Amino acid sequence: MAVLALQYALNGLATGSLYVLVALGIVILYRTSRILNFAHGDIATFGTFLAFTLITRLGVAPLLAYLLTLATTGLLGAGFYSLILRRAKEATLLGQIVMTLGFALVLNGAVVVVWGADTKVFPSLLSETKVYHLGGIVISQLSLGSLIMGFFLMVLLYLLVQWTKVGLAMRAVSQNPLAAQALGIPTRRVLALAWGVASALGASAGILLAPVTLLDPFMMLDPFLKGFAAAVLGGMDSPPGAVVGGLVLGVIESLFGGFVSVAFKATLAFAIIVLVLTVRPEGLLGREYKKRV
Amino acid sequence: MGQSLLEVKDLTIRFGGIAALAGVDLTVEEGELVALIGPNGAGKTTLFNCLCGIYRPDRGEMRFAGHDLRGLRPDAIARLGISRTFQNIELFRNMTALDNILLARHIHMRVGFWDAALATSRWWREEVRHRARAEEILDFLDLQAARHRRVADLPIGQQKLVELGRALALEPKLLLLDEPSSGMTAEEKEDLVFRIKDILEELGITIVLVEHDLKLVMGIAQRVIVLDHGQVIAEGTPAEVQQHPDVIRAYLGEESLS
Repeated sequence: MAVLALQYALNGLATGSLYVLVALGIVILYRTSRILNFAHGDIATFGTFLAFTLITRLGVAPLLAYLLTLATTGLLGAGFYSLILRRAKEATLLGQIVMTLGFALVLNGAVVVVWGADTKVFPSLLSETKVYHLGGIVISQLSLGSLIMGFFLMVLLYLLVQWTKVGLAMRAVSQNPLAAQALGIPTRRVLALAWGVASALGASAGILLAPVTLLDPFMMLDPFLKGFAAAVLGGMDSPPGAVVGGLVLGVIESLFGGFVSVAFKATLAFAIIVLVLTVRPEGLLGREYKKRV
Repeated sequence: MGQSLLEVKDLTIRFGGIAALAGVDLTVEEGELVALIGPNGAGKTTLFNCLCGIYRPDRGEMRFAGHDLRGLRPDAIARLGISRTFQNIELFRNMTALDNILLARHIHMRVGFWDAALATSRWWREEVRHRARAEEILDFLDLQAARHRRVADLPIGQQKLVELGRALALEPKLLLLDEPSSGMTAEEKEDLVFRIKDILEELGITIVLVEHDLKLVMGIAQRVIVLDHGQVIAEGTPAEVQQHPDVIRAYLGEESLS
């Protein structure tokens, strides 16, 4: 029983680390511009399909293909901000959020037109059937890989945000864009970068996820919603909260699926959102809710 | 005649039907302390916002140290050497006083991602240099006690000083102060007068001051410009301006003259 619980928890951590990557992308944008990016999942899906084409059709080496994908997806996100979102000067916050929804639909349509709606197998460097034994529990090479990559990207993001000039500028813009500008920080470029980083994070989640879920135009819908749930759970404006929220959600979901009901596993995330919003609306690590004036 | 540090000609901006600025001409010489006064809604803050690139004027010229300011983004203007404080404090509320000031050193940093990631000696030297400068500014403004406190927890008067310190950390040529004394106690205001004089004399930074406390203005300004309804109605030394009939009318109303 205990071993089984540990096994479920480990599986949960592996899935959770992918939720974290999605949640971090959502949180970065929410923090810097208060925009909830509904296109996050579809930008990631686009990236994953791009990687698929690069590897299977064009024969690019997988690692190089991943890097190219992250760069292209980052440009796509930054481009959406710079060329479309930013141009809508008079749009309210809600209006801008609806624009991301529109972008999501456009991207989704484009993916279906270009790649078709049928399911494809995404080639993976890591094997799902090769497993490692750790005491009584097992972990597949693929899960272990996702877990490690997930944590690697989290650390990289932490370094970027906390220890670099650009990260400092990002934090400044998120706290007070007006003051940041008055200090010579190019807020638009910083926001474009935030969009790029968030989009690349989403694509990396897609690439890690695709070998398990198979590739189809709607593959990121569920992970996006879970990442959103994780972000709410951890606190929408807290990157560490997104990490904790993603991992906790992954583990709870996995334990729930194992011991209680697989059928209601997907519902659980939303039950958690409702619970969090009722009991602690700022999330686990979020700051106390204050009105922005 | 040499070139002025700041030259504004015929500056006009409308919001809907209201001309917030209607053909404002003014110049500021290097090393000067000019006060900008006027009743509420006279256009003082609007003028600052135009100079800082937050608003785009409809018409007119703005030249600073030989650069045309029109069409420049706020961050580019800050880099040219104009820094400002805000009427309603705009700090990074969740950072400490020290971090707020360090952030303004941002534009003076030369090191990149890899220097920071690898903690190279170049990065250390830069970091030490900027921290030393920030500490000097904290000393200068007597803010050592607030150094590691979250600015949102500080009293308003100290927050105002942190904002002033942050503006100084940019090492500007021109400092725009928007009501620096509002919310300060009488004692804090007295200290502020000395600090503003020090900034002018020791640091040699030119200052344009928007201020409602006329006693404070008349004590330190070398020249006073009076705005009303978006127009310059008087200009001169504090004593001259105080006697000007248009100024008395704008402040106290028509009857006070008779």
